[in-house]
Amino acid sequence: MADKRITEDEAVATLSDGMTIGIGGWGSRRKPMSLVRALLRTDLKDLTIVSYGGPDVGLLCAAGKVRKLVYGFVSLDSIALEPHFRLARQAGSIPEVVEYDEGMLQWGLYAASLRLPFLPTRAGLGSDVVKNSPDLRTVTSPYADGEELLAVPALTLDAAFVHLNRADERGNAQFLGPDLYFDDLFLNAAAVGRRFLSAEKIVPTAELVSGGSFHTMKINRSMVDGVIEAPNGAHFTNCQPDYERDEAFQKDYAKAAGDPETWKAFVDTYLSGSEADYQKAVAAR
Amino acid sequence: MSDATLGEICVVAVADTFRGDGEIFASGMGTIPMLGARLARATFEPDLLVSDGEAFFVANNLPVGGTDKEVEGWVPFRSVFDTLWGGRRHVVMGASQIDSFGNQNIANIGAWEKPKAQLLGVRGAPGNTINHTTSYFIGNQTNRVFVEKVDTVSGIGYDRAAKLGEWVKAHHELRRVVTNLAVYDFNTPDHHMRVASLHPGVSIDDVVAATGFELVIPADIPTTRLPTDEELTVLREVLDPRSFRDRELPA
Repeated sequence: MADKRITEDEAVATLSDGMTIGIGGWGSRRKPMSLVRALLRTDLKDLTIVSYGGPDVGLLCAAGKVRKLVYGFVSLDSIALEPHFRLARQAGSIPEVVEYDEGMLQWGLYAASLRLPFLPTRAGLGSDVVKNSPDLRTVTSPYADGEELLAVPALTLDAAFVHLNRADERGNAQFLGPDLYFDDLFLNAAAVGRRFLSAEKIVPTAELVSGGSFHTMKINRSMVDGVIEAPNGAHFTNCQPDYERDEAFQKDYAKAAGDPETWKAFVDTYLSGSEADYQKAVAAR
Repeated sequence: MSDATLGEICVVAVADTFRGDGEIFASGMGTIPMLGARLARATFEPDLLVSDGEAFFVANNLPVGGTDKEVEGWVPFRSVFDTLWGGRRHVVMGASQIDSFGNQNIANIGAWEKPKAQLLGVRGAPGNTINHTTSYFIGNQTNRVFVEKVDTVSGIGYDRAAKLGEWVKAHHELRRVVTNLAVYDFNTPDHHMRVASLHPGVSIDDVVAATGFELVIPADIPTTRLPTDEELTVLREVLDPRSFRDRELPA
């Protein structure tokens, strides 16, 4: 039986420049932030990031690691607009931008997870999504209706990061909050060997079903290659019911975006060391 | 009652957009749209489903910011997409820009390739507008919001929907636009935006000055109705006792 426990740094060591990485969670909710922070510590560059974006996208944009960004939105929830993402967009510093309807993003991940080249939808038709992503194609229904539909291409990932509440050491995992979001699709859309799941706590398998109903066990070990124990690993995004978003920290993060000196100080304080250093600096606030 | 605030008049105008909707998901983005959905359900449209803004349908009259939920259904985002692609939803969204056919922009201001101001991105607006009824609430109508041409079409308007075939024509509906000045609809032969009612104290000149395109202006324009006593009581005592509505839209 495989013990899949690894560290964040071991996970990101499997990646290389130019890869496509899908990041689970939603906005500023249950983001795999310790894995994102590990990514920030590497020299990796020219990444394609696929995300229902929050501070994961902001941090990677601020660090200049993103060559291509695929998103339905980027928001901090309680702060509607992600300031680092905004700065990057307004400076034109992300070379390639793919802005989809939220449902299209799900469809692209679902197509990839089913190994289909595309899935049809109406969402996006008629909007400027089609104008701004000129590679998008339509497909005509082969049935009597003959309707023209948008063919959302598979968003096949080289790697996926997700953060769950509980996992066992083999990669079975559990969400205890209100929403799985699309974490299962991110894992299923990613290449075998680079599907990484962090969890607040690694527990014996039997504790998964005793800790919450079986309906919460949507991630099984065939979907996961590496398991990382990351207490407070979603910080400063939320990880309900384990903890809420750290709103004060998020405010400081957002405020620091306005000014290069403040941002440098923020990076020095929080993002220049290891994950343990980060957690220590957060605890010391 | 004559002491209704602008925020209260707008909440009721938003609530009225849900009239007749029956047993569907009434979804409001932002304080006033959310209150509109909850007020409609609490008063004249009791079969509506309203959410807590997270992942649950709530059966009780949950106040803004309230946490004491009587959950009647679980709707994680995946179920929300299923519901909206299935058409069982009416959403009231905001708009940073809107044009005369109801094309809406929440994505960015300026050229999309390198925007002057990056906003949210298109979010769910393309999928919402093509799949089910949509209305808009705009708290700051100016001629920079009501524009000739929006910078990035997020939610699609009637002119674009008309080019997408019979299915879309049958299911696309922009019901109303509620602003701090007036209520608008698209009940004109070519679906150009029309003034449906003016809020008390607002003149047609005020509205025209705050609009960057040609509105359809009927000969007789009614005044937006005032909240009933019951509506004001429910709003003030139950749904929004801390008056978030008036913070969003000061009189």
